[in-house]
Amino acid sequence: MNPLERLRARRAAEDAGEDPSMTTPEAAMGRMDKPYGAHDPTLPPPVDSTLDQAPIPLEHRLRMYELQQEIRQVETQLHRLFVMGLVQGTSHLYTGMEATAAAFGTLLRSDDYSFATYRGHGHTLARGASMKGLIGEMLGRESGLLGGKGGSMHLTSVEHGMLGSYAIIGAHLCIANGAAWSARYRGTDQVAVAFFGDGTTNIGAFHEALNFAAVYDLPVVFVCENNLYMEYTPIGQITAVEHPAADRAPAYGLESIVVDGNDADAVYLTARDALEKARSGGGPSLIETLTYRHGGHSRADPGTYRPSAEVEAWKDRDPIPLYHQRLLRIGVDESTLTGIQTSVAERVDEATEDAKAAAKPDPSVIFTDVYADGGYQWRN
Amino acid sequence: MSMVEAIRDAHGVAMERDESVVVFGEDVGFFGGVFRCTQGLQERFGSHRCFDTPISESGIVGAAIGMAANGLRPCVEIQFADYMYPAYDQIVSEAARLRHRSAGDFTAPITIRMPTGGGIFGGQTHSQSPEALFTHVAGLTTIVPSNPYDAKGLLLSAIESPDPVVFLEPKRLYHGAFAGRPDDRVIPWNEHELGEVPDGHYTVPIGKAAVRREGADLTVVTYGTMVHVAATAMDESGIDGEIIDLRTLVPFDIDLVLASVRKTGRCIVLHEATKTSGFGAEVAALVQAKAFFSLEAPVRRVTGWDTPYPHAQEWDYFPGPDRLVRAMAETLAI
Ligand SMILES: Cc1ncc(C[n+]2csc(CCOP(=O)(O)OP(=O)(O)O)c2C)c(N)n1
Ligand SMILES: [Mg+2]
Repeated sequence: MNPLERLRARRAAEDAGEDPSMTTPEAAMGRMDKPYGAHDPTLPPPVDSTLDQAPIPLEHRLRMYELQQEIRQVETQLHRLFVMGLVQGTSHLYTGMEATAAAFGTLLRSDDYSFATYRGHGHTLARGASMKGLIGEMLGRESGLLGGKGGSMHLTSVEHGMLGSYAIIGAHLCIANGAAWSARYRGTDQVAVAFFGDGTTNIGAFHEALNFAAVYDLPVVFVCENNLYMEYTPIGQITAVEHPAADRAPAYGLESIVVDGNDADAVYLTARDALEKARSGGGPSLIETLTYRHGGHSRADPGTYRPSAEVEAWKDRDPIPLYHQRLLRIGVDESTLTGIQTSVAERVDEATEDAKAAAKPDPSVIFTDVYADGGYQWRN
Repeated sequence: MSMVEAIRDAHGVAMERDESVVVFGEDVGFFGGVFRCTQGLQERFGSHRCFDTPISESGIVGAAIGMAANGLRPCVEIQFADYMYPAYDQIVSEAARLRHRSAGDFTAPITIRMPTGGGIFGGQTHSQSPEALFTHVAGLTTIVPSNPYDAKGLLLSAIESPDPVVFLEPKRLYHGAFAGRPDDRVIPWNEHELGEVPDGHYTVPIGKAAVRREGADLTVVTYGTMVHVAATAMDESGIDGEIIDLRTLVPFDIDLVLASVRKTGRCIVLHEATKTSGFGAEVAALVQAKAFFSLEAPVRRVTGWDTPYPHAQEWDYFPGPDRLVRAMAETLAI
């Protein structure tokens, strides 16, 4: 029943002296009939132990470990800096989801392009952007990647092929197509990768971008990081299919790909194939990685809409200890791993001190970079 | 009560009185909206009348239009005004024009609520004031309340209006009468007379501005957050200015504005939105065209800078009391 039919039925029921509530089935307006938080938890997939033997070079594995450590430790530090009141504005942490950015960061060539969302700290670090620049940007300092002009939600490092973090849902998928197109036009074999969330698959731009990429066979990889929630709403409640990205892939002539997003090796193998395909003229791919954010959507989020059993199960399936154990099983020394951890921690501390000491930009920067010629004056 | 509570209350009253009122948007149902303006409605009225949608601004507004054209009264939320662009086509090309092109047969009585303005260091995608993008479009009504009393009364008017209404809620005012200085205490609405909100149904009429402070020396025409900033500027400078709170930008209460300008002879328009082609330009044009011979000084605009909303320099961008005091002094010196 559409709302009008429901209204008419209700009026008719009232006229007939019936109980109108009988004609307005609550569940008809959503796909879930339980309150959020009391809904059935979506549990993480079992660990695929055969991945221990995956054909992945050890140096790549160590790099993935290091990147995951970097991202986790930076996010943890940023959280502390919020609490101290040093970060202006909100921020969306990537904690718990590090494996995807780490795997792609390891595989992407330095001239490839990547695009992320407001939850993009990890994707920015994974391209090799400096921690000092990132933390400086978060603190709104001159030393920031963008001199304090972008902030958490717009991290960009063109020099590292990180073509931006986008805060308007869906926009960057279309832009990634353009970057991919430019690569082909110039005759290079660069690839563009766009990262986004499950919720993003419901906006028009997602569908426009997928069709566009498929029609023109663009060298682009779309990566949906399915963390099961669109902000405070379980994704299943407002999405027509179970797998928001993978189940839509066939509509664009693409393969349905779902991968364990909490296992860097699983993401790596899938990413490697997709990147190779794009690079060799095979066209776009759409990958869905299953993952979970450990914290809230953003700083202000109380998080009550997630079943606690679900949160616990996913925290147990933390990508970093999983990877740590794998590396030990395949013969890496504990000391090598603790060495990586410690050196990352030192770099995080150093970057934090650097950012805290950095100057705040002069307010006049508001007026620069509005137009190419700086010609804003007539307007102000 | 706070502005958030007043808006919530207006929804409750409207839904109670009229079964055709439905409320939806992203995180609006279970969670009650990112700013909690729809909290409790789903529990009270059921998920067939207050529900969550996918991220789909165009889908939300489009569906609202179709519902409205067929007897419902949708009141939808866009989480931040900055996210309305994907819906802009539906708002401009369809909602605003259905009445005209169908010779009055097919109309879209919808209300589209959206938080507007800065206040959370949200940078360029969470701080915009896009009112002029709506006032520019014939067929739309554009409302910007400055306090809880008006917010409730105007929202009820909006929902009852036969035309599409864009209802911009200054997010800085949700919890108190922010007066323009970030380090000063924000007066909570329950300590403010305009935070006194009657129970039940009442409306504030669309198209009627309010004089917030009477004065003899000049007229400050403003709306939303800036009403309170103007009061601070007057208090601090001792300038005897008249503050007009437009409340509704379109339809524009020209009579009240002209009466004030004819009395004071000087006019400043104040808004947080960027200057060029902003609503202040419209006010200035109307005032000079209709009150030219009463003016002692050019009409002046005090606005946010004509740049994207900066991330870290929110307070350098924001047209606070000091900028207004300076402009008032200059206008009075002419
Ligand atoms: C066009 C638009 N509408 C709404 C929003 C508000 N918003 C920001 S994040 C978000 C949820 C996104 O969910 P998902 O794509 O799953 O990404 P996640 O945050 O889980 O990483 C929403 C609705 C927005 N940024 N842009
Ligand atoms: Mg998500």
